[in-house]
Amino acid sequence: MPHPYIPNSAPEVRAEMLRVIGAGSIEDLYTTVPKELRYNQRLPLEEGIPEEGRLRRHVSGILNKNTPATEMLSFLGAGCYQHEVPAVCDEINRRGEFVTSYAGDTYGDHGRLQALWEFQDLMAELVELDVVTTPNYDWSTAAAMALRSSVMLTGRKRVLVPAALLLDRRLVFADYLSHDVQVDEIPFNVETGLLDLDALRTALADDVAAVYIEYPNALGVVDYQAPEVVELAHEHGALAVVGADPTGLGLLAAPGSFGADFAVGDVQPLGMHMSYGGGLSGYLAFHNDPAVIESCPAFIFAKTETLEPGQNGFGYLNFDRTHYVKRGEGSQNGGTTTALWAITAAAYLGLLGPQGLRELGEGLMQRSRYAAERLGEIPGVTGPRFSGPILKEFVITYDNHEVSAVDDALRARGIFGGKDLTVDFPTLGRSSLWAVTEVHTKDDIDRLVEVLTEVLA
Amino acid sequence: MTAQFQQARWNEPLLSDIGTPGERGFIPSPPEAEITARVPDALSGIPASFQRAEPPRLPEVAQPQLMRHFMRLSQETMGNDVAVDFGLGTCTMKYSPKVNEHLVRLPEVSGLHPLQHVDTVQGILEILWRLEQMLCAISGLDRFTLQPPSGSAAVYTNASIVRAYHRSRGEGEQRNEIISSIFSHPCDQSGPYSAGYKIVQLYPGPNGYPEVDALKAALSDRTAGIVITNPEDTGIYNPHIKEFTRLVHEAGGLCVYDQANANGMMGIARAKEAGFDLCHFNMHKTFSSPHNGMGPAMGASGVREDLARFLPAPVVEKRGDLFELDWNRPDSIGKIRSFVGNAQIAVRSYSWILALGPDGIREVAETAVLNANYLAALLREVPGMSQPFPTSNTPLEQFRWSLEGFKEETGVGSSDISRNLSDYGLQPVFTSHHPYLVPEPITPEPAESFSKADLDTFGNAFMDIARRAQADPDEVLNGPYRNACRRIDAAALDDPDRWVPSSRAERTRNRTPVKGD
Repeated sequence: MPHPYIPNSAPEVRAEMLRVIGAGSIEDLYTTVPKELRYNQRLPLEEGIPEEGRLRRHVSGILNKNTPATEMLSFLGAGCYQHEVPAVCDEINRRGEFVTSYAGDTYGDHGRLQALWEFQDLMAELVELDVVTTPNYDWSTAAAMALRSSVMLTGRKRVLVPAALLLDRRLVFADYLSHDVQVDEIPFNVETGLLDLDALRTALADDVAAVYIEYPNALGVVDYQAPEVVELAHEHGALAVVGADPTGLGLLAAPGSFGADFAVGDVQPLGMHMSYGGGLSGYLAFHNDPAVIESCPAFIFAKTETLEPGQNGFGYLNFDRTHYVKRGEGSQNGGTTTALWAITAAAYLGLLGPQGLRELGEGLMQRSRYAAERLGEIPGVTGPRFSGPILKEFVITYDNHEVSAVDDALRARGIFGGKDLTVDFPTLGRSSLWAVTEVHTKDDIDRLVEVLTEVLA
Repeated sequence: MTAQFQQARWNEPLLSDIGTPGERGFIPSPPEAEITARVPDALSGIPASFQRAEPPRLPEVAQPQLMRHFMRLSQETMGNDVAVDFGLGTCTMKYSPKVNEHLVRLPEVSGLHPLQHVDTVQGILEILWRLEQMLCAISGLDRFTLQPPSGSAAVYTNASIVRAYHRSRGEGEQRNEIISSIFSHPCDQSGPYSAGYKIVQLYPGPNGYPEVDALKAALSDRTAGIVITNPEDTGIYNPHIKEFTRLVHEAGGLCVYDQANANGMMGIARAKEAGFDLCHFNMHKTFSSPHNGMGPAMGASGVREDLARFLPAPVVEKRGDLFELDWNRPDSIGKIRSFVGNAQIAVRSYSWILALGPDGIREVAETAVLNANYLAALLREVPGMSQPFPTSNTPLEQFRWSLEGFKEETGVGSSDISRNLSDYGLQPVFTSHHPYLVPEPITPEPAESFSKADLDTFGNAFMDIARRAQADPDEVLNGPYRNACRRIDAAALDDPDRWVPSSRAERTRNRTPVKGD
């Protein structure tokens, strides 16, 4: 029976094609593969399910074993967030033309290139830096790429990063940097959650390629010392890489406004579903400096003119700097990253506009502050743990209860509690990181307070 | 011109130029009055100096106009759903079944948070585990990680594993070279380079692939391994590959197989039997996940059992009937990206392999090779078309041929013809990765999704452009004509004084420097 995905399976068609080729059989087309390398068995795979109905039942049967966070009351964040996803965003990123496109470029994919350029354009306004690339895989890999660029640009082999760092980020740095770069962690102030500036001053020297700072950090704290950190880095000839959650940038200072050399972060909150982490997409921005652009081979699209007056055309900005041309000669790795999410984020930023983004940020700060204070009132909870300002996440600490035991009890009552920090930050004791966003109503927060009170009683 | 195609040409303004101040497209749910009463000042605790002084210059546009804008841009994009796009060789463009698009948009995928307790994500973990088993079967290797979010990230992952392997044996410092070949994918060199390696490049011999002697000359006690594509970008299979892996092993190195485009080889030959220790597959190429306009994607990295301890954390383990995430990996290279990777891609590829089964998978490979050879037979008739190597006449899933003779005759080269193909509703044909060792190259890759009629359409269009070029070269050089945009001023893309990556960059450039600024 012909398979629905394979058109040329009718024997007559195959025979006609072989005749045009001048081959007797399909086997004749494989003569260049030596016999001793041929795999002459049937692949040990499950039998195929060519019927769509059966296939759908089978796969969705497996998927139905999942309990989506979106159908529970979830306070998980730590790098992936449940935000409101405008229907328009879903509609745009399910368009088959975008979904099934790839490398058609200037002529075949004019619309895709314009949309990606618009992402660059809007993000440049948001972070106040002139160049934004097609986003990298996620915040961590964008930060790692910026730090590697800093190493290449300064010729120095040491970077300073905050100790208040997500474990995943730490492990990405360990792989991408540590084999030839010394990655030193700067501690945080245990009261405020902010970077310990004195420790940074002590660690800074003229062998430092870059200092990395982010807001909010892995403890949810908006580290408003970022401008001072940038200044300190520059005093030592180091570059400053600044991470910023875009949902805060409607009302917080933009990285470019205080001199950041690189800005990074994740656009997942800007219209992407979580998809078990598959919604992540790391923006990367810097100055319009050819040397910096050269060091960072992520795709950038440029706008240009065409033979028709007044018409915009788009193409790769300096394609020769990418790994596709440089191969192993001085370029970082590049390639396919997260373009579909860039198109979606452009739509999201367009939908919200400056006022919507400001309201979003305000609402996040008010809700999370409300939740942190309410949770802190529960007997047995210390919270918020840090006095520094927050955007949408905060840490609480249980006086006596193990985080995992509390999580189990909450889950049994339909609530996914915050991320357990006992492994990532053992010095914080029985702590957890809670995310509160615009998907949470006051009733949701109050229900959490009620249930947690009961669990801890 | 006989074709009647006309792409949508909206001359759509830039997003930043549509809308009117005061308009809005979406209102996020506001906090309730009780919340704002308790926390009246959102910014309390943020020093004034760290508050944004000016609102970001984002568009102000209502929902209908924004929706229309992006729909128009989508109409100006030739995805596989609307265009025959196998011209984009080395990309393995193929049909991405719609049922899989529906599956990944179920809340049971899209609504999952990556830090949910494993009890609540047994379904997605099962998919990740089952896909890993399938890839083990197709490659013959023992373990896979699905964390790398692209093919080049998978090559990079494998290079990191090679590095960890030699370090574990105390040879990390000494073995600092990776051998690759110039017709392998560019990431086969840039990936290892990013992992800290010096690259030793092999060039093709008279048959289009590197000779055994060239490899022997490159091997030394500095060799950490080889990272190579086979068949290479040319569609030519190196028949001495087993000898290659034997020699690299003999020199103490590891062998890494780039199988980003395995489309002609599935069920035909495997990484294991050719002697490879590591390999990778692109789920968004061979395994049908859509390319998503350039990601999100997935490159699955596979290893021999004894190298599994170096895989990035976490890995999915099955214990009894339950699936777990194993984070306890002291020898792991670290992480390639956050969480487990792009899980939704795994759902698509799992479903695709399952839809085909062992016989269907082999039929995919055979049909891809049949299609490539049929297309080759059609394009052989193009005047001035030549085959750079004797082996170029028996390609596998794709082929790289040359229009050098045609260019000499007409002044119209492969990139000109490529551009003009989009006038026929076809994606352009990929020329070549750099450097252009094959002059005026073309590299089409007609995967199994394309019918004989699709191939004939492409062949006829190609021939039609060639005839037009012979009659009036300038007419072709000024093309395309029926697309969303006309031929661009490409020089402005490479000139730092002219390139425009954003409106902000344009404003910065045009700003007259103020004295004392």
